[in-house]
This record gives sequence, C-alpha cells and structure tokens, in this order.
Amino acid sequence: MSNQYKRKTIKLLATTALILGGFAGSASAEGELRLYNWSNYFAPALIEKFEKETGTKITVDNYASEDDLLAKLQAGGGGYDVIFPGTTTLGIMVDKGMLAKIDVSQMENFKNLLPAFTSIAGDEKREYSAPYMWGTTGFTYDPAMVPGGKLEESWKEIFEPQEELKGKIAMLNEMSDVWNAAAYYTGIDKCTEDPAEAQKILDVLMAQKPFVKLYSNDGTIDRMVAGEVPVHMQWNGAAHRVKAKKADVVYVYPKEGTTFWTDVIAVPKDAPNMEAAKVFVNWMMSPEVAAEASNYTGYSNAVNGSGAFLKEDLKADPAVNTPAEYDERLRAFKACSPASKDLREKVWTKLKS
Amino acid sequence: MRASTRPLMFRILLIGPAALAICIFMVIPLMLMAWISIQGRDYSGGVIWGQFSFDAYTRLFFERELDGTIALNLSYFKIILRSIWLSALTMTISLIVGFPVALFMATRSQRWRAVLIFMVTLPFWTNLLVRNYAWILLLRDHGTINNTLLWLGVISEPLPLLHTQLAVAIGLTYSFMPFMVLPIYSSLEKIDFRLVEASFDLYASRWHTLKRVIFPLAVPGMVAGCILVFVPSLGSYVTPELLGGGKTLMIGNLIGLQFGAARNWPFGAALGLFLLLLVMIALTSYARSYRTNAQVGK
Repeated sequence: MSNQYKRKTIKLLATTALILGGFAGSASAEGELRLYNWSNYFAPALIEKFEKETGTKITVDNYASEDDLLAKLQAGGGGYDVIFPGTTTLGIMVDKGMLAKIDVSQMENFKNLLPAFTSIAGDEKREYSAPYMWGTTGFTYDPAMVPGGKLEESWKEIFEPQEELKGKIAMLNEMSDVWNAAAYYTGIDKCTEDPAEAQKILDVLMAQKPFVKLYSNDGTIDRMVAGEVPVHMQWNGAAHRVKAKKADVVYVYPKEGTTFWTDVIAVPKDAPNMEAAKVFVNWMMSPEVAAEASNYTGYSNAVNGSGAFLKEDLKADPAVNTPAEYDERLRAFKACSPASKDLREKVWTKLKS
Repeated sequence: MRASTRPLMFRILLIGPAALAICIFMVIPLMLMAWISIQGRDYSGGVIWGQFSFDAYTRLFFERELDGTIALNLSYFKIILRSIWLSALTMTISLIVGFPVALFMATRSQRWRAVLIFMVTLPFWTNLLVRNYAWILLLRDHGTINNTLLWLGVISEPLPLLHTQLAVAIGLTYSFMPFMVLPIYSSLEKIDFRLVEASFDLYASRWHTLKRVIFPLAVPGMVAGCILVFVPSLGSYVTPELLGGGKTLMIGNLIGLQFGAARNWPFGAALGLFLLLLVMIALTSYARSYRTNAQVGK
C-alpha cells in the first residue's frame, strides 16, 4: 500500500519536473530559424522565399510589445534566432550584452543600405543590428469628418482640438510617443530633466484629456476605416493601410516635430542557429527582399534600390514615401537619462490616475 | 514503533505533492516578489540584485512633486480607490442581479436546473478577451445598442457608452457574474423547501418568507459569491484596458505598466504585495463580520 503511494508521489514529482523542464529549454531542430517579431510585421511570402533559397525552415512567434520581448529575453527564455527590436530596446540589449556580435557592417549586402542607416544610436558601428523598417508617428484625419475638410499640419489640432472635434480624438496608448508629441508641441526637449518643464507637458496632456475619446494602440486602422473617430494619432504604416480602404484620408507630419523611429534586425547572444541567422540578416538587406517586406508592412525600408520592387500605391503614398520637404520635421530617437524617464513616467501616471 | 511511523509516512507522502505545489507555485514566487520589491531599480528593466532600497515603498505613499516638494502621493491612491470602488460596484450589481437568477434556478425541476447551470457557465467557453471585445461591439458609438436606440428614435446622437467607467463596470459584472450566481445557487439548492411551505402556512407573505427564511439561509453563498467577484475584479487588467479606453487605470494596469513601459520592477512588485494586502484585509474583515453576524443570528 505505502509503496503504491510512494510510486504515485514519485510519478507526480517526475511529471512536475518534466513540465518545469519543458519551460527551461526549448530544443530547435537542425535547419530551423526561429523569428520573434510583432504580429503582422513579417511577410509570409518571405518565409517561403527563404525556405526555397536556403532550405532553412522559418517559424515566427509574436509579441504584443517590445517590453514583452525584452522581458522574455531577460528571463533567459525563448531560444530565438532573430528578433526585431526598436531603437530604445536595441540600446538596452547592447548595453546588457544580450545580442550576438554579428558584424553587420562586414556583411556582403551592407553596401546596399541608405547612408542614413549605416549607423544607429546604441549600435553606432553596426556590429549587432541591421535596419528593418522605419516610420513616423504623426496623425491621420478623415477630411469628410472634420470642419472645413482640412486640418492644420500641427499637433495643435490634437492637443487643443476645435470645438467640433472635442471628445473625438483618438490617441496612441504609448507613453513615449505621447510624451514626445507633447514635448514637440510645447517646444520642450523630450529628454528634459526639469520638473517644471515636465509640469508644462502634463498641463497640455491634462487639458487635452477631456477631449480624448480613447488611448489605444490596437485597432487604430479599423477605428479610422469605420469612421468611429475623425482624428487618430497613428503610425504611418497604419495610416497607409487605412488609405487602402478609405482613399482620401490624410496623414499629417506635424510641423512642431514628428517622431521618426527605426526597428532593427538583431540576433540574441544565445541563438541556437547562429549561422542561419547571419545568412538571414544579410539576405534581408537585399533590395528585392526589403521591398517585399515593405509591401507587406506598409512601412519604409532602408535598402537602396528597393524602390523598383515596391508596389505602386506605396510609392505614391506620402505617408510612406516621406516627401523631402518634411525631412526637417523628423526627430530621431534620443536615449534619455533615468531622471528624465522618471519624469515621463510620473507624468504618464498622473495623466492616467 | 513501526505501526506508528507508517501512518506518519503515509501522511507525509499524501501531503507532499500539495505542499510541494503550494511551495513552488505560491510561497517561492511570493518570496521572490517581496525580495524584488526591496532591490535596486534597473532603469532598463529588471533589478540590481544585492542593492537594497525601500524606494518602491516610499514611492507608493510619498512623491517628490514636479515642483520639487515632497507630498503625499495622490495619483496612486486615486487609482487604488477607483479599483476598490469599481470592484465594490461590480460586486453589488452582481449580487442584485445574481440572487434572483440563482433563486429562479434553484426552484426549477431537476432537469431544468442542469440546463440552467450549463447556460450560466457557457460564457466560460470563450476567452475573456473575446468576451470583452464583444462588449466593444455592443457599446461603441455605432454599435448594437446605440444603433437600436437611434433606430427607435429614443436618442438622436449616439450615447457615449464605450470608454467610460460605466463600460468597465458593465464588463466586469458580465465577466464575474457566474462567480456570484453559482455559490448562491448551491446554498439555495440545499434549502429544505418545506421551511418555505411552513412559513406560508404561518401566514407569512412572500416578501416576509424571502426576507426571514430564504435570505438568511443563502447568506453563506452570498458571502462566497461576493468574495469570488470582488477579489478578481480588484486585480483585473483586460477589462479596464479595453472597455475603459486606456483613460483610467486600475491597480492591475498600474502594475502592468511598471513591468512594461515604466520598467520599474521593484515598484511593480511592491504594488503587487500591496494589492495582496488589500485583498487579505477585505477577506479577514468579511470573515470577521460574517462570524459575528452568524453568532448574533443564533
């Protein structure tokens, strides 16, 4: 009798151990490449193409935010070969030694990159990362739903909306994007460490809050297409996809400053299939592949010569193909000090409390 | 000697798996949480192990105002109070709606009861996220409710239903209603309905019978239901995020924010412990008042 119980207990223990063990290590088969990316951010056609050309099978997992990506890698989990972090996360990952030094600048296709992307904050020598997509954060409006059919190219329309638009503004629910926009609007340095300046930013955001319908990163495309809101703070690729269904929608590059962001391709330090990952990174910098990626995501890539392979509607859309006259409105990423991040977070919490 | 050690062995072996599960899934994570809450903050996520700091706790109560003075921290308190208020509201609505439902179920025939229980638990077959999205479709400006009212001519402009605290309360009530109905049902089901007949025989009105006979007998179920609704509401994350439109946070969202965009793990852990403390206070006070009531009732 007691033996039977003992055996059962041992079995239970063994099962528990097996389950726990399963979390720790996830085996990756030979010739498999595991990508970890945002959802809807990698063209299925490219998966097939890569498999056909190299014989390496690609699987893709998705994360909902870069914070998830960072948290998962910090916890030592994953077993991913290729990841697609943004600039902020890239800096942290390089600092913490979480990425493999794959010497992108020595790769064959590196010469294809547009000059502006041969270096990036956090990875100046391009030892760890290659550019993937880049885009801007501005706002979109539907001319049919705004008074006069036209809005000024200014954050004013969002932060101090006209009478008719009050209560109908949709904002992104992204702390840094909202903070940056308010900082541009008030003319304050987005890395400010001065509490008085942070207070000014908070004042703008608090004054705007009653006019905001919602803060959300999800469903921004559907919301505009369905006409639920006339104005939406939005990423440009999403704006492009709105236009596919509602052609006369306008994407605005606000004159006070428009955040311009880059996502990169990088390889975690403990990638199971390092060689295939390097091949992949190099492959992604070829014009045809980069164009295919853009055609799917609706965002611009950083590869010279990819223009010839782009879909016509992408080339023709000023939301994606930024007109040169807006160049001076674009503001690149800056790594802010902890003191500044603290202020930003305080403002965000006060805004939401 | 032998005879007395064998049962002891039995007992250890029998308790073992449960104790192990509690240890692995509750005690160790809680200790870890407490430990992380007093470690130094790493601004890029995670903590600086071995660097002790009680910043997370002072931050919860005090803050350096943006103008530099130190003051009581009201923003976190507002969020905590809102969470308690919304959870209490959810609990009350669930109780008011849930009790008649449970009573109805308990007074049906055996076969009907099975069907009704099945229907109450049916929403659990769908993911919580999907159920919340369904409410978005119902509540939004051109959603089912507003369109129907517009069509009927009751209103001329869509009512702002979605992205309000009301929407959050509706979503929470909908999500947790079964947790209220089922315990009340199970205590009502055990009632000897001859007591009800006796009450009628003694010329008690329906209302009196409900108040003096059925109600007291259902109290254990109602208390259990209230706890089962209040506690998960207090820590809810998805509903305020989706139906509240990100305009107002609850504790769950505040904790999520610390591990996500704000990258303040120690503070997130401290908030988690604080939430736990709140729940424990609520539960003990419940248990206390319930016990005293029961004694008075005798």
